[in-house]
Amino acid sequence: MENIIEIKNADLHYNDFKALKNINMNIPKHEITALIGPSGCGKSTLLKSINRMNDLVEGCKIEGEFLLEGKNIYQDYDVNILRKEVGMVFQKPNPFPMSVYDNVAYGPRTHGIRKKKDLDDIVEDALNKAAIWEELKDRLKKSALGLSGGQQQRLCIARALAVKPKVLLMDEPTSALDPISTLKIEELAEELKKEYTIANVTHNMKQAARISDTTAFFLLGEMIECNQTTEIFSHPRNNKTEEYITGRFG
Amino acid sequence: MGRKRNGEKRFTFSVFLKGIVHIAAGITCLMIAFILGYILIMGIPNLKPDLFAWEYNTDNVSLTPALINTVIMTVVSLAIAIPIGIFSAIFLVEYAKRGNRFVKVIRVTTETLAGIPSIVYGLFGMLFFVTAMGWRLSILAGAFTLAIMVLPIIMRTTEEALLAVPDSFREGSFGLGAGKLRTVFIVILPSAVPGILSGIVLAMGRIVGETAALIYTAGTVANIPGSDGLFSSGRTLAVHLYVLIGEGLYTKQAYATAVVLIVIVIGMNALSGVIARRCQWKTS
Ligand SMILES: Nc1ncnc2c1ncn2[C@@H]1O[C@H](COP(=O)(O)OP(=O)(O)OP(=O)(O)O)[C@@H](O)[C@H]1O
Ligand SMILES: [Mg+2]
Repeated sequence: MENIIEIKNADLHYNDFKALKNINMNIPKHEITALIGPSGCGKSTLLKSINRMNDLVEGCKIEGEFLLEGKNIYQDYDVNILRKEVGMVFQKPNPFPMSVYDNVAYGPRTHGIRKKKDLDDIVEDALNKAAIWEELKDRLKKSALGLSGGQQQRLCIARALAVKPKVLLMDEPTSALDPISTLKIEELAEELKKEYTIANVTHNMKQAARISDTTAFFLLGEMIECNQTTEIFSHPRNNKTEEYITGRFG
Repeated sequence: MGRKRNGEKRFTFSVFLKGIVHIAAGITCLMIAFILGYILIMGIPNLKPDLFAWEYNTDNVSLTPALINTVIMTVVSLAIAIPIGIFSAIFLVEYAKRGNRFVKVIRVTTETLAGIPSIVYGLFGMLFFVTAMGWRLSILAGAFTLAIMVLPIIMRTTEEALLAVPDSFREGSFGLGAGKLRTVFIVILPSAVPGILSGIVLAMGRIVGETAALIYTAGTVANIPGSDGLFSSGRTLAVHLYVLIGEGLYTKQAYATAVVLIVIVIGMNALSGVIARRCQWKTS
């Protein structure tokens, strides 16, 4: 299996606090990789270092190598191009206060697409891929803030897909949603992995087991174990992993 | 038992507090009603057509030129203060590093500026714009003086409006590969518009109601600008009122002028409410 993202000997400091300790991991192409672990173990931090959202954080220092398709994320990419290649979906749906259409068209417009026809096609395509076109095709001009939480989150996924990323980082995308919306997003993720690569942070063990191909378990800034999901959930090698996934962890 | 006593005590205390709150609110309302009522009763019967004559003379003491000057003064002052105020606020909130010492200094400075009595602005305007720049007593000198005076208002309200825009919008925009400029102008600024507008209306209120800062900068000529354009002196409605009261001969007309001034100010406040609601409705 080809790895689209490789992380080598990565350390990350927030000022004096070491949030990531010597992380080595790969994210295989066209798979869903789940990142699990207790709160504060550094999952979001790792995710944010992949599309350089940590650049915005004062006092954040990163060492080691992050490679996207063999090229160094911190040296060989312009940050805005990198973020086009590596999209992100956040924990709380964050549609912009504009129409559904403008939300989805925001990314393509940012990267220079201006023609109405092209934008129309991209918007329809992205909404289709996010499985929300049927629900929203008649309210493209309505404010995105009027949608339900689940619809907003799928809209945010569509917005991320509209710039045609290679990788989609999702930071607890379902934690603010009801079970039915959650299920829809899970189904969506399984569909999307055919075309994209997905890294999904989750606190939901069942979700990790259901949809991911690979699972990585983190604890206090270290990656304890990373393996096939079936393997990790049936024969965890590390007993901390076992304690965590069986729910015996504090 | 002690507990119960305590509870009773607290109960009477809360009733007492509630009473004070109600009385205070009542007094405030009464005062406003009294002032408004008094001016309206004294002023409305004196609203004669003469008062709205196109040209001012000492017989009709027309307020029309002053009204036109007020509009000009407001437009020019805001045209100077709004861009500067909004752009500095954008710089402070979006571009300067958070917690930067320089930012703190600017904040303290604007707060101090906001607290300076307007006559001091008038003095500064007179020394700087009127004398040093050689603009004489003119609408332009007055407008610049007022622009400096309302700058802190516009800056502060814009800053607060920008800070109130959730960071998740910024993250979302950066996450799509947008730069700072695009993020600020396409995503952040539109969300902050209601707050900014309310600041602008507040500034308009200050401008319309100002006298002290204008008397020694824009002068008290009671006509609309002549061939000198913005370099001619002109009195706004509030200054007009001040002069009328000062002359003692025109008390009736002064009341009538006050009615017009009050109607304008109330109208502006209502307008700001409408605008803010419109914008909120649009974004939610
Ligand atoms: N901007 C920051 N500045 C300083 N410390 C931070 C910052 N962001 C995160 N941290 C610290 O880094 C550690 C890892 O945080 P992170 O958000 O990555 O955890 P997480 O695994 O995503 O947790 P959760 O499951 O609660 O989202 C935490 O101890 C946190 O306090
Ligand atoms: Mg997190």
